[in-house]
Parts: sequence; structure tokens; C-alpha cells
Amino acid sequence: MAFHSLEEMVRICNETNLAFWEIVLREDMSERSVSKESSFEMMEHMWEAMKEAVEKYEPQKTSASGLVGTMGAKIEEYRNKQKPLCGDFVSKVMERALQMGESNACMKRIVAAPTAGACGVLPAVLIPLYEEGRVTSEEIIPALYTAAGIGQVIAARAFIAGAAGGCQAEIGTASAMAAGALVSIQGGNAQQIIHAAAMALKNLLGLVCDPVAGLVEVPCVKRNVVGAVNALTAADMALAGIISRISPDQVIDAMREVGESMHVSLKETGEGGIANTPDARKIKEELGI
Amino acid sequence: MNIFDILGPVMVGPSSSHTAGATRIGFITRKLLGCKPVKATIGLCGSFAATGKGHGTDRAIIAGLLGMQPDDMRIPESFEIAKQEGLQFDISNIQVKEAHPNTAVIKAIGEDGRSLEVQASSLGGGRILLNKIDGIVVNCTGSCPTLIIRNEDSPGQVAEVTSMLYQKHVNIATLQLYRDKRGGDAVMVIETDQPVYKATICNLEQLEGIKKVTYIGEEEQ
Repeated sequence: MAFHSLEEMVRICNETNLAFWEIVLREDMSERSVSKESSFEMMEHMWEAMKEAVEKYEPQKTSASGLVGTMGAKIEEYRNKQKPLCGDFVSKVMERALQMGESNACMKRIVAAPTAGACGVLPAVLIPLYEEGRVTSEEIIPALYTAAGIGQVIAARAFIAGAAGGCQAEIGTASAMAAGALVSIQGGNAQQIIHAAAMALKNLLGLVCDPVAGLVEVPCVKRNVVGAVNALTAADMALAGIISRISPDQVIDAMREVGESMHVSLKETGEGGIANTPDARKIKEELGI
Repeated sequence: MNIFDILGPVMVGPSSSHTAGATRIGFITRKLLGCKPVKATIGLCGSFAATGKGHGTDRAIIAGLLGMQPDDMRIPESFEIAKQEGLQFDISNIQVKEAHPNTAVIKAIGEDGRSLEVQASSLGGGRILLNKIDGIVVNCTGSCPTLIIRNEDSPGQVAEVTSMLYQKHVNIATLQLYRDKRGGDAVMVIETDQPVYKATICNLEQLEGIKKVTYIGEEEQ
């Protein structure tokens, strides 16, 4: 049985002297009864697919509905012409997040992490680091195990689907996974990893799932940006020694409680929130959905 | 859920439930049919019916029936490919009592004339659940080797089947039993940790009282 508690995982790390990612790997080997090489191969495949998805982004393509597309290209152009307020690195993170979300909406190939709607968050923080030569592919793989381990605990204790717990369960989880991955890359310890995840999740608590016309486009694509940037800030806070005052497992439990009490119109039904604005209703009517 | 249900799958967008899961439903239907389908009647219900078109659910199911996996870049063009490959299809919205919100019912006819009806749901993250095969409840995911055995409802059937699996060193992960009435038609749904060899499946088919054995999984030898 996979892990059910982030704090339990830290305890195991301390007892075994293994890194957070190593206990996730070990569990995968036992859970799926595969060798280390076979597990690694699968994770490398995920990383390659993320990089390929970035390469295959089409700057001028829009989704079938016409609602999203070209945003990734706009950020790039803006960065090249002006000085982004967020700085060079963060603007690249934003660009990658938008690109992935748009590629997903355009029926291109992506890596669900944890879902397709939130597929932009993790690659958005990892790929710019990789491109700038601040991390190697060999260092990325442990970070991906770290991310997967965090996501697994959230899935076990709460949920990772917008239909079950709102956007906090998708972008929130993706952001927690990305925050943990970043801390792992920067050499943080297991305790810092889970606190980064907790802070990232906490800061997106309550986010509803309200896709316009039920499509994974508006506001989903842009929420990948907030998930990614939020992960950067949570990771930096954790690395600076800031902790979540509420224990990471309890933060996940709170996410579950919030998700359960969320009205059904705010859980991927396309009936509430942004999806219920006059503009959104007009779009839905025009699309004939 | 294993870690690659969380980080993964690699898939064509936009939705793990409405696109990747739908492709898997089509794919498993083809696998159960055991040959190339030439005709398919697809009913979408719940959220599949409401938002399926915008998510490419229709194209994804056809892609799966054509043998494509969720990461196949040709999914968006599946209607055109179906035409080339001689797969006729019809897609409509239906209502199914007490079904999961993302459910499809597929009636498929194979090139050898065999026909099959599958009801399956997409659970999120690309994971699916086969609800019914030809009207019989099976409730299995098809993600590990699975035997679906139809038999007479008589004493000793389960013992015969499970002891044969034991002899072949196949460990049973889960076991479900259903029947329509006492002494009527019964179904065993057995998920296993190891693949089941073709020879074992033949042996199972020859047991008295066993009517049909369907296997989902990578066949070896």
C-alpha cells in the first residue's frame, strides 16, 4: 500500500537515512513489483514527454472553441521586447505553464500531473531550470519522484480531480507537487519538501473548478500559471526555513473538508463561478454546448 | 493508485477523464472483441454526453476502437482514420440508470461477425472501470490481468478455477462473483498478479460447467 501521510514519509526518511524521493522509488518498486531500472525508465519517459510537449507547442494554434491559444507566444514576445515585472526566470515559468495548458486544450500530447487540466504546473517550473542549465536531467528524475510521492498522499487523503474537490484538488495538488520537486532540486531535506507542499496547497485552498462551457480552457489554462508561480514562492519559503504552522497532513485534510463542502456547481459541472458569468453563458451559447 | 497514475499518463489532451479515459474505453472494447471492429454504436451518458464533444470524447472512443492508446497523436483525426479503415460508427447521447457521470455504452461488431456490448466509466486521471460486458456486471479496471469467466451456478466451480490458477502459480489479487439466479448463469471476475498463459486459459475453458473465458491482459506464450 502506498503512503498515506507526508509526516510518516519524513519519519521513514529519518529512520532509513534515505532521501524523500528514494522512499517513493522503493515503494513503486514494491507496489508494481518492478526493478529500479524499470521504474526509472518510466519516469524518464515522463520527463522526455514533458520536454517534447514544450518543443511541439504551436504558437499560432488555437483550441477548437477558439477560447485559448497564442498566450504562451505572447509572453515570450513580451519578455523579448520589454522587461517583465516578474523578471526573466518567472516570465519563462509563466510562458511554459501557458504553453502546456494551451497544448492540452488543442488536443496535443502532454503529461497529466496529476491531471491534464493541471499539466502545465510541474513542467513550467522544471523546464526553465533545465534550460538555464541550473539542473541536469539526472537531477530532475528524483524531483519527479518527490512530486509523485506528494501527489499520491494527496490522492489518498483527499482527491486530485476537480469533479471531486474543485480546482484546489487539481492546480492545488500540482502546485504542492511542484513545490516539493523544487525543494528537492535545491537540496532541501524531507521536512522542507513536505512543508513547501503544505504551503503551496494552503495558498490555493478553496479554489473552485468552474470551467466555461465545461471545457478545460477558461480559466484552467491561466490557473496553471498561478500554480507554478505559487510553487516557486512556497519552495523559496521552505528553503528559507519558513514552515507551515499547520502540519502538512492536516493541510491536506483541510483541503478535503473544503472540497467536500464545496457546492456541486463549483466542481467541474460548468454551472457556477466563472462558468456562470454572463460572458461565460454567452460563450457557451455561441459554441452550442 | 501507483505513482504513474499521479505523474502520468502521457496523453493527448484536453481531459484525462474525457479524452484519455475515453480512449482506453474504446481500446479495451476492441481488445475484448478480439478483432478489428467494423461497426460501432456508441452511447454517451452524463458528463460524457454534456461536455464530450468539447473534450474530444467522441473522437477518443473511436481512436480506441481503432487500436490507439491515450498518447496517440492521431486521436484528433480518428473519424477520418475510421473512414479509411472501414469502421462505421454512430454516436448519440443516451441515459443509463444509476451510471457513473462519465459512462459510455459501446455495441461493436467485429470483422469476423462477433458482437459485443460494453458499458464502461471513466473515473478520472485516465483510469476506467468496465461496468458490464454483454449486460453482465464485471466491475473491473482491466489495468491488471483479468479473467472473466462465465459458468453454471453450481457447487465447486470457483474451487476448480482457483485451484487451477494455484497450480499455475498465479496469485489472485481480487475475486468477484455474480449470478442472475440460483442455478442460473454465473460470472467470476478474477484479477491476478501474474499474466495467465494461453494454455491455462484453454484448460479453464475445458472445465465442466465453464461456458466462456475472456482474458484481459498481455498474453504470454
